[in-house]
Amino acid sequence: MSELSAVDRPNSYIGRSVPRPNAKRLLAGRGQYVDDLRLPRMVHVAFLRSPHAHARILAIDSTAAKAAPGVVRVVTGAEMAAVCTPWVGVLHHLKGLKSAPQHALAIDRACWQGEPVVAVVARTRAEAEDAVGLIEVAWEALPAAVDMEAALAAGTLVIHPELGDNLAFQREHVGGEPDSCFADPDGVVVQATFHTGRHTGVCLEGRAILADWNPAEGRLTAYHSNQAPHMMQTVFAKHLGLREGDVRVICRDVGGSYGIKVHVYPDEMATAALARMLARPVKFSADRIEGMVSDIHARDHRITARAAVTKDGTITAMEIDDLTGIGPYSVYPRTSAVEGNQVVNLCGGPYGLRGYKARTTVVFQNKTPTCQYRAVGHPIATAVTEGLVDLAAEAIGMDPAEIRRRNLLPDDGYPFRNLANLAFEGLSHHACLTKLLAMMDYEALKAERDALRAKGVYRGIGIASFIELTNPSPFMYGIGGARISAMDGATVRLDPDGSIAIASGVTEQGQGTEAMLAQIVAGAVGVDLSRVRVTTGDTETTPYGGGTWASRGAGIGGEAALQAGNALREQILVIAGAMLQAAPESLDVRGGAVVDRATGAERLALEELGRIVYFRGDTLPKDLPRELVATRHYTPKDYPFAFTNGAQASYLEVDVETGFVTLLKHWCVEDCGTVINPMLVDEQIRGGVVQGLGGALLEHCVYSPEGQLLTGSLADYLLPMAGEMPDIAVAHVETPTKESALGAKGAGEAGTAGAPAAVQNAINDALRPFGARVFAQPFTPARILTALGKI
Amino acid sequence: MKPAPFAYARAASLPEVFDLLDRHGESARLLAGGQSLVAALNLRLSSPGILLDINGVEALRGIGFADGVLRIGALTRHAELGADPLVARHAPLLARAVPHIAHAAIRTRGTIGGSLALADPAAELPACALALDATLVLASRGGERRVAAVDFFQGLYQTALRGDEVLAAVEIASRAGQACTLQELARRHGDYAIVGLAAQAGPPGAGVALAWFGVGGTPLRTPRAEAALVAGDLAGAQAALAGEIDPPADLHGPPALRHHLARVLLGRAAAALKGH
Ligand SMILES: Cc1cc2nc3c(=O)[nH]c(=O)nc-3n(C[C@H](O)[C@H](O)[C@H](O)COP(=O)(O)OP(=O)(O)OC[C@H]3O[C@@H](n4cnc5c(N)ncnc54)[C@H](O)[C@@H]3O)c2cc1C
Repeated sequence: MSELSAVDRPNSYIGRSVPRPNAKRLLAGRGQYVDDLRLPRMVHVAFLRSPHAHARILAIDSTAAKAAPGVVRVVTGAEMAAVCTPWVGVLHHLKGLKSAPQHALAIDRACWQGEPVVAVVARTRAEAEDAVGLIEVAWEALPAAVDMEAALAAGTLVIHPELGDNLAFQREHVGGEPDSCFADPDGVVVQATFHTGRHTGVCLEGRAILADWNPAEGRLTAYHSNQAPHMMQTVFAKHLGLREGDVRVICRDVGGSYGIKVHVYPDEMATAALARMLARPVKFSADRIEGMVSDIHARDHRITARAAVTKDGTITAMEIDDLTGIGPYSVYPRTSAVEGNQVVNLCGGPYGLRGYKARTTVVFQNKTPTCQYRAVGHPIATAVTEGLVDLAAEAIGMDPAEIRRRNLLPDDGYPFRNLANLAFEGLSHHACLTKLLAMMDYEALKAERDALRAKGVYRGIGIASFIELTNPSPFMYGIGGARISAMDGATVRLDPDGSIAIASGVTEQGQGTEAMLAQIVAGAVGVDLSRVRVTTGDTETTPYGGGTWASRGAGIGGEAALQAGNALREQILVIAGAMLQAAPESLDVRGGAVVDRATGAERLALEELGRIVYFRGDTLPKDLPRELVATRHYTPKDYPFAFTNGAQASYLEVDVETGFVTLLKHWCVEDCGTVINPMLVDEQIRGGVVQGLGGALLEHCVYSPEGQLLTGSLADYLLPMAGEMPDIAVAHVETPTKESALGAKGAGEAGTAGAPAAVQNAINDALRPFGARVFAQPFTPARILTALGKI
Repeated sequence: MKPAPFAYARAASLPEVFDLLDRHGESARLLAGGQSLVAALNLRLSSPGILLDINGVEALRGIGFADGVLRIGALTRHAELGADPLVARHAPLLARAVPHIAHAAIRTRGTIGGSLALADPAAELPACALALDATLVLASRGGERRVAAVDFFQGLYQTALRGDEVLAAVEIASRAGQACTLQELARRHGDYAIVGLAAQAGPPGAGVALAWFGVGGTPLRTPRAEAALVAGDLAGAQAALAGEIDPPADLHGPPALRHHLARVLLGRAAAALKGH
C-alpha cells in the first residue's frame, strides 16, 4: 500500500459530506446575529440619509428631533468629524487611483442618494426613526453626474473639484501582438458591446453593528456582521484614534455576506464613533430600504470588445475596452478600482491567445458606491470573453463546443503565464468541458433544440468556460499598503476530555467555513467530528487573519488548520510515546485514541492522556514537553493567486412572442482542487449560479437621470426565486494545488463567474434563427423583444 | 424601517366598525389581511392614527350562493377563494386568478375585500371583478349600497368607497359553464403582472368581457376589442387595443412593451376561450 497523504488519513473527513456543526443551532433559532444581541444601556441609531444624488447641506435644524421622546443624541457630520477621521480608498499598486476623503457623516455636501447625513440615537429604533423625520435640512440640490458614459465629458460636473476630473483610475494592458492579429487579412473579427447591469448582493441578514465603548478599559468592542474582523479592528483603531489592541471585533453569526460585508461603511463607522461619544452600546441594523442605497453596488460596466479568429477556428486575439462607474468615492480600504482591474486581468483567461489588449476606465458618479461583490469582475469578464467566443464560432460556422476545444489552454500545459500576466499552476479546462458535455448529453440536447425549432419552440444552449481567482496572496491588497492579512492562523487544542477546540482567523457567514475547519482538524488529529468545536470571528480569541472573502477560507484557513492539527497530533504522540514507552512514529491517533500505527490496536484513549497531562503531570518525565496546543499559519507564497477553472452550460427557452426566458437546466463542472465537503461545495456552486442567474435575468439597480434609485425595494429589485430557478447539476474535476498539503483552492465564486455568460450565450443561441442578439444584462423581455424587432 | 406610532382597535361587529370610523374619521384605516397595508406602514408610506382590525367581524366572512348569485364575503382569503367549490363552479375566473396572486403565505392572509378596496391597477382581482360584472356591496351605518365594479374603480388607488363605508361583499351572477381565462405575464411567479387579462365569455352567442390589469391607472375594459373578438376578428381586436389602452413606461420597459404584450395575451386568451 502506498503511503497515505497528509489529507488521506484512515479517519479523514476530507471528501465527505458531513453536516455542518452550526446548522442545527441556526435552524433551531439559536443563532446570535448582531440584531439578537442586547446589552445593558444599549441604544439605537437611525440615520437621516440624503434624498438627493448631489446636494449642498446649507443648514440642519434638529431642535424638534432632540426634544422627541426617547432621543439620546443627535449628531451631525461636523460633530462626527471631531471623533472619527475620514478615509481615502486608494491602494499604491493600483497606480494613479485617486479618491476623495470620505466622512462617516456628510459634512457640507452629500454625494449620493442614501449617504448618511445626521445620526439620531434613541432608546429604540422606532423612536430614532420618528426623530429623524423631525429633522429639517436645508438642501441646495446640485447638478449630479449620473451617467458613467458622460462622466469624463466636458460640461459634466466634477464631483470632487480638487481631484481635477471624474477619472478615478485607468489601466491599459497589452500582451503579445494584438494589432497584427486583428490586421490578419485571413482572419475574421467579431465585436460587440456588452453591458452588465449594476446590481447588489442582497444578504438575508442586513448589515449590522453593535458597538460598545468601555471608558474604564479604554476599549472598543464591536459586534459586527462582517467578514473580516481583523481588518475592521485596524480600521476602527485608525479612524477613532485608538491602538489596534484596544479594539475587539466579534463576528458571531453572519447571515450572508457575498463581499457586501467586507467594506467600510460610513454608517457603521458612525455607530462605533457614537458608542465612543456616548460611552454606551449603540446598535445599528440596516433595514432593507436603507440597505438598497447604502450597501455597496457592483458590476456597472460597459465593455466594447472584439476578437480575431482564423477561418480554421483559432482565436488569436481579444481587445477589451471597459468603462465602469463606481459612485462618488472609491470604497475603503479595498478600493473600487479592483473590479475594473479584474476585468483587464481576466478577459480571455481560459484561452491561449497571441494578442491581448485591455483597458479599464473607472469613473466617479453620484450613485451608491460600488465595490467587490461575489466573483469580482469574473461574471463581467466571462460574459465578454464567452460572448466573443460564441460570436467567433458563429462567424466561421463552427460548433461552440468545438471552438472551445480548439482554443482552451491544454490540460498538460502548466505551469503557464498568460498574456494578461496571470500565472496558472494547473488547470483542467478540457477535462471540465468534456465532463460538462457528457453530463448535458450535448449532442442529444442539440438534436432536441433543432427538432423543437422546427415546431416554433426556440430553445438555446449556452456554454461558458471560465477561470476563477482564489487564495489571494499579499499581492492582492497587502502590496498596495492595506492592512488586510493574506495570512491566516489556526489554533488547535486538546482538552482533558479528549475534545478538540479550534480557533481560526477565517470566518463563517453561512457557507460552512466552520464545518470545513472541523472536518480537516478532526481528520488531522484523529478524533470523531462530534468532538470538535470551532471558534471564528473574534479578534481577541482567534489567531490573526484575513477572514473569509475571495474564496480563501478553505484554501488558506483550511491549510493553517491542517498544519495545526498535524502538529497537535505529533505533540500528542510524543507524550503518548513516553507514557506507553513506544516510539512516537509507531503510534497514531485514530477515532479519539492513540493506536498502534501498524495494527490499529487501541493503546490509550485521548481522555486518559488528557487526564494525566493536565491533572497528573507529576507522573510524567520531567523534561517531557506537555504542549497540547498548536498554532500554525499559512500564506500562499508560490503564486499570487490559486486560479481555478470550470465550465458551465445553460439550456433555456425564449418565448419569442413575449421575450420571456424560461431556464430549463443548468450545469457546472468546476475544479477547486481538493473537495473537502462535496455537499458544501456543491451548494456554494448552486448558490453562486443562482446569484449569476439573478444578475443575468432579473437584478438591476436602475437610476433616474437625476440619480434617484428606482429599484429601492425588493418589489422592484428582482431577486431570483426558487420557482424560476432550473435544476443545477454540479460536478467536479480535482486538480489540487501543490502549494499546500491540503490542495484546496476556492469554490465560492465559480458559480457566479460563469452563469451569466452561459445564459447570454443560450439566449443568443435561441434567437439565432432571427438574427437577433442581446448583450445587455439583465436580459429583460423588453430587451429581447427589442432585439427581435417586435417593439 | 419601523412604522410610525399608531393605535389599534379590534372590532367584533359591523356596528362597532362604524362607531370606530365615526370616532376616528380620517385618521383610521381598516386592517384586513394586512398584506398591503402593513408593508405601507413599515415603509412609512402611510401613517394612520389608528388601525381598525376587521378580522373579527363575522358578517364579512363566508361564501354563499342563492338565487343565481354568488356572494363572497370581503374577508375571504385568497387561498379560500382558490379552494372554494362554489367559486370554482360559479366564478371559475376567480379561482384561476388566485395562483397568480403573490405567494402562499400572502394568499393565506390577503383578502378579496382588501384587494378590491386597495384597487392596485396591476392586481388580478379588481380586473376579475370587472370582467365578471361583479357588484360590490358597500356597508355603512345607513345600510348597504351596491356599486357595479365598472363604477367602483375610479382612478389610481381610487374607489367609490366613502370614508364611513366598509366593503362587505362581492356579488356575482353565476357564470357556471361559461368560458373564461386569466392570462398574465409577470417577471417572477407571484409578482404583480406587467400585463394581465381577465377574459370572461357570456352565455353562448353573447359577448366577451376583456378586463386588463397592469396597463393603466385602473383595471379597464376594452369594448372595441371585445366587439371585434365577438365578430371573430382577432387581428382587428388586437389592433383596436392600440386606441383603448394607454400604458405607462416603467421599469419593465416603454409603453410599446405593454402594447405588444397585450396583443400577445389577447391572442392567447382568444385561443383559450375557443378551446374551452
Ligand atoms: C410580496 C407581495 C406580493 C403581492 N403580489 C400580489 C399580486 O401578484 N397580485 C395581487 O393582487 N396582490 C398582490 N399582493 C397584495 C395582496 O394580494 C394583498 O393581500 C391585497 O392586495 C390586499 O389585501 P389585504 O387583505 O391584505 O388588505 P390590507 O393590506 O389589510 O388592506 C389594504 C387596503 O384596503 C383597505 N381595506 C381592506 N379591507 C377593506 C374592506 N373590507 N373595506 C374597505 N377597505 C378595506 C385597507 O384599509 C387598506 O387601505 C402582494 C402582496 C405582497 C406582500
